[in-house]
Amino acid sequence: MTKKIKNLNLNFGPQHPAAHGVLRLILELDGEVVEKADPHIGLLHRGTEKLIENKTYMQAVPYFDRLDYVAPMNQEHAFALAVEKILQIDVPIRAQYIRVIFCEIGRILSHILNVTTQALDVGALTPSLWGFEERETLMTFYERASGSRLHANYFRAGGVHQDLPKGLEEDIAKFCETFPKIINDLESLLTDNRIFKQRNVDIGVVTKEDALDYSFSGVMIRGSGVPWDLRKSQPYDCYASLDFKIPVGKNGDCYDRYLCRIEEMKESVSIIKQCLAKMEKGPIKSLDGKISPPPKAEIKQSMEALIHHFKLFTEGYRVPKDEIYAAVEAPKGEFGVYLISDGSSKPYKCKIRAPGFSHLQSMDYLIKGHMLADVPAVLGSLDIVFGEVDR
Amino acid sequence: MKSLEDLEKKINSELTTKINNTEIKHNQIYIETDKEDMVDVAIFLKTNQDTKFRQLIDITVVDYPEQNQRFEVVYLFLSHEFNQRLIVKYSIAENEVIPSLTSIFPSANWMEREVFDMYGVSFKDHPDLRRILTDYGFEGHPLRKDFPLTGHSEVRYSEDQKKVISEPVKLEQNYRNFDYESPWEGTKYIKEEIENNDKKN
Repeated sequence: MTKKIKNLNLNFGPQHPAAHGVLRLILELDGEVVEKADPHIGLLHRGTEKLIENKTYMQAVPYFDRLDYVAPMNQEHAFALAVEKILQIDVPIRAQYIRVIFCEIGRILSHILNVTTQALDVGALTPSLWGFEERETLMTFYERASGSRLHANYFRAGGVHQDLPKGLEEDIAKFCETFPKIINDLESLLTDNRIFKQRNVDIGVVTKEDALDYSFSGVMIRGSGVPWDLRKSQPYDCYASLDFKIPVGKNGDCYDRYLCRIEEMKESVSIIKQCLAKMEKGPIKSLDGKISPPPKAEIKQSMEALIHHFKLFTEGYRVPKDEIYAAVEAPKGEFGVYLISDGSSKPYKCKIRAPGFSHLQSMDYLIKGHMLADVPAVLGSLDIVFGEVDR
Repeated sequence: MKSLEDLEKKINSELTTKINNTEIKHNQIYIETDKEDMVDVAIFLKTNQDTKFRQLIDITVVDYPEQNQRFEVVYLFLSHEFNQRLIVKYSIAENEVIPSLTSIFPSANWMEREVFDMYGVSFKDHPDLRRILTDYGFEGHPLRKDFPLTGHSEVRYSEDQKKVISEPVKLEQNYRNFDYESPWEGTKYIKEEIENNDKKN
């Protein structure tokens, strides 16, 4: 007698700790093998793009913090670059270094979170406890520069909001001395760990061709052996003057992506060190009063400064009619802003290209034929943050 | 092709009949084509040895409600090989159905779903055209310019019915859109005068 067995449909999420946010993943299972995965996203959709169309350029910046909320300033960077390119303004060199320092801090923040939670998903608790302590230190740097730990609202078209407070540069330098040891500690827990390797090696393999077809970027494409990093290939701000390496994987599996992230953190530390060494005193934002607000002291003295201040915070600056796509290498991949301006002080359209969106889309392709227990491992190595996927 | 100028020439000579206009600005190429030719253009860009635009970065639509051809569809491409970016555009009217690129670029799947969700543009031959970002049972297309910022309905938990219900938006105060243009710049006849003066100079 033969018995017909129906495939089992399983709801993974939207409230599952390993879903890294609000992902509803509908899995079709044949026994324990995943036949099909259908991610339902949008549970965190806030209509960022619509909101930005109704705000001035300066008011749009905070929305970028709320996309990938583990590395907020990297997103602001993309928007700032897009506006700067249309306005054709130069960014003072000190501001470029400050921005790069904080982007690299963002990269470390994001990679710590990803590496340690991936370990958590496959059963290792300790790395996250060690890693989160470091994240806390990094977020205090964010706080000291911008006033808040996460939603910084720090980058502006033409520079950054304000100069670094006294002592922050020294403290970041100190952190750069101690942090490599923590990376080594994390590595000693994970890199040669038998269980971690069993759960990650040869899981979620992406070939070079498929990585291109599925619009992968960042670690997802480098893990598959494509040496592509926008910081090197299309350098923005002062990245061209810095010396750093691009770690590339070989097999394109979850384990290689983990290794890439670890190496990238080490490179980030070296980039921050170089920036701190090269940084000199100077202006931190564009001196054009039509774009960046004047210092408070000047407002008390000068009529023109007062008018500039008033106009900037009511109407905002106008951006000439143009369209542009500007992208940065965010920790998760290529984060881009396609901006259309119409000559007014509000963007006509602002399309946000989030790396996680295309990564998550490939979930079905990645997980087909794997076991149910591999779903969190693959999800973890995709580095999904729902703030940016859902926008 | 190494330089953007060479690439522009190459595209113009290979796709003469399919390209309406090309332009280089901000270190990117902007190409205008037609709805019917989009698939051919995409295949050419992806497979040709001198272009190799292997990656589709994003698809989006821009809404110009005052125009006859209301929507402008925008495709962003990236070539790793030659380190170049390219933007392809074409305009369509409101209820036109446009070709899907899913067979050429698998990643187009969700991007097209997003366009469908946000702008209500339908794709022909798309394997799975469902809404993606908005709620189950959502109505309307939020990124259209005539969709209000506040939306049409809001959800809340109803204590009586013991479930989440959706009802029309009730606002204590309407969303206010301030016009900050200064009166002496803003008045229409003065603006025209300034523009005329600019033209003379």
